[in-house]
Amino acid sequence: MTIGTGGNAGPTFVGMPAVPTPAFPEAARTAVADPVLRGNLRHATHTIRAKRAAAVAELADWAELREAGRLIKDHTLRHLDTYLVRLEESVTAAGGIVHWAADADEANRIVADLVKATGESEVVKVKSMATQEIGLNEALEAEGIHAYETDLAELIVQLGDDRPSHILVPAIHRNRGEIRDIFRTRMASWGRPAPEDLTDRPAELAEAARLHLREKFLRAKVGVSGANFMVAETGTLVVVESEGNGRMCLTLPETLISVVGIEKIVPTWRDLEVFLQTLPRSSTAERMNPYTSMWTGTTDGDGPRVFHLVLLDNGRTDTLADRVGRQALRCIRCSACLNVCPVYERAGGHAYGSVYPGPIGAILSPQLRGTASEIDASLPYASSLCGACYDVCPVAIDIPEVLVHLRERVVQGGEAVRAGGKVVLRPAKGHAAERAAMRAARLALTHPGALRAGQRLASRTRRFHPRTLPGPGRAWTATRDLPPLPPEPFRDWWQRTNGGKDGAR
Amino acid sequence: MSGPVNSRDRILGRVRRALADVREEPGGELPYADAVPRAYLREHGDRTPAETVDLLAANLADYRARVHRCTEDDLPSLLARLLREHGSASLLVPPGLEPGWLAETDVERVEDRAESTPYDLDRVDSVLTGCAVAVAETGTLVLDGGPDQGRRRITLVPDHHICVVRVPEQVVSSVPRALDRLSPGRPLTWISGPSATSDIELDRVEGVHGPRTLEVVLLG
Ligand code: SF4
Repeated sequence: MTIGTGGNAGPTFVGMPAVPTPAFPEAARTAVADPVLRGNLRHATHTIRAKRAAAVAELADWAELREAGRLIKDHTLRHLDTYLVRLEESVTAAGGIVHWAADADEANRIVADLVKATGESEVVKVKSMATQEIGLNEALEAEGIHAYETDLAELIVQLGDDRPSHILVPAIHRNRGEIRDIFRTRMASWGRPAPEDLTDRPAELAEAARLHLREKFLRAKVGVSGANFMVAETGTLVVVESEGNGRMCLTLPETLISVVGIEKIVPTWRDLEVFLQTLPRSSTAERMNPYTSMWTGTTDGDGPRVFHLVLLDNGRTDTLADRVGRQALRCIRCSACLNVCPVYERAGGHAYGSVYPGPIGAILSPQLRGTASEIDASLPYASSLCGACYDVCPVAIDIPEVLVHLRERVVQGGEAVRAGGKVVLRPAKGHAAERAAMRAARLALTHPGALRAGQRLASRTRRFHPRTLPGPGRAWTATRDLPPLPPEPFRDWWQRTNGGKDGAR
Repeated sequence: MSGPVNSRDRILGRVRRALADVREEPGGELPYADAVPRAYLREHGDRTPAETVDLLAANLADYRARVHRCTEDDLPSLLARLLREHGSASLLVPPGLEPGWLAETDVERVEDRAESTPYDLDRVDSVLTGCAVAVAETGTLVLDGGPDQGRRRITLVPDHHICVVRVPEQVVSSVPRALDRLSPGRPLTWISGPSATSDIELDRVEGVHGPRTLEVVLLG
């Protein structure tokens, strides 16, 4: 997995969906009724939740690191023009070429043209949420360029003709048996087939992916990535990952194209000391992720000879214009807020209808894309306002505050900035948005346990120091009714592996 | 960049308009050093150099790197043994590796040349490097492309990586201390345990694309 930069797309699920996406409540209801999905999600989110709390508790100065992270990001955002120009200078001085893309179409056109100029018709990609947001793979495909996703989870998603459902673990909704089936039936049509006797052991599945992807890495001439951080002072880009596919994409090809949101800047080299401590612990609950790559422009004889950086706006400056909502741009995409969210745990990532699922998606998507569509208008309601997301957020984004702000915006209308220009939003009354909002409210009301626990926690959690987590998570799981064990095939798997414990080995 | 106003100017203009309220605030222009007080620790805990090395060893092992300790005199025989045990017939060597380290092994030495393709590297069994710095609190090795480490790709494609860390001098306690020692101008690779994934039901599985076996020799 690649931490925080990413996520590839299924064919229909990027940016503005071409097919109308159902509003959150409908999509969530479908997910809640899917026992396999719920089982997978519950297992995954609970596992990572406890591990994260332990990793965070190791650092006595977590609160100070969190505060420094918040302030660094806020300072950067308040001077974003200055730092963008500084970054451009330092990347250029180091041998990189900087491009600016105001929206998704422009970014896609820039990347497609750069790939075509190399004469190549395929690229290897390391998971990047920004490229998923803009629908880059589909745009390249339309130009006859094939983009291969190389994260294991992204591969699962791409082969399964599916959509990612989690920032960090996009295939969190798939269990091992499903993954084996996807590999067995689909790998052959994309390249090296999976072995005939492939089982559902994770190590075997990983080996199949290793062999399948290696042939693509070794011949790749163009790599496409995102980045977790860009250092304005030095022009350094940072990619944080686990599998090594990021290193493959960043070092083996002759040309590297990185598409990065303008909010990913930090001012100085030293700022990395904060985020390299908070990001791995918040996301994968590790002291440090297996691989982190840092590069500054190009280096003679080591890595790509040509480096392009595409700086992406695509709604970020509109978000920046909102005094309350702009804090969402501090996000470092760790996904901790997803893993503690009771709504996400039940509804799953797909219900959010966006590349950004969970609590962060509920505040980011409606700002990046506006609240004109039914799904975007309903997203601010995809929360019980319990505050667990705020408590775990390593840059202290007050997600409940932004949610309430955006709800007001949907219901009452008001001024906003879209594509750089001021617009006045009409109140939602009589609009699709209002109906969506009402349905969202009904969803909460038909799950009274959720609402009650959420409300009770709302008053309590704010006092908790982040290190005391997973207090809210535990309280939630203690108070809600556990659903009965679902029928096949989840129960089969569950019994065979002693509740997932044996299956780990 | 297109149209009468190019996108660079358009984006920078949007940023400036978006921040109009910030610009009007009194004190909105705090200098960077004052805007970000750094109350966090430079390192966690108070350790002797020997204890820091012990912590490095423990954290490396916790993320399933294989850790060995030896003296300068014993290094050649240890390296010979590790290569033998891994069944390696060939070894990638960066240009500036100390030749004496390989005095007791007869594996085929493969030099990384500018014209070496990824396919060439894929045929080599193991790679041996030094490192730039190691971080005890996180169990991390950092390579900076120095002469005893070589290009980034050589520690990526082969399936077995042996990394020699000079202790205690190359070991720092924490991430902040490591960044102090590193130069951003060099391509850096931070390695914490072997390649891994948790993408299948969040179970950690070693070995997806990077070396599946990471051996660390603490030399001192
Ligand atoms: S909002 Fe905070 S917790 Fe959620 S992904 Fe972003 S940084 Fe992580």
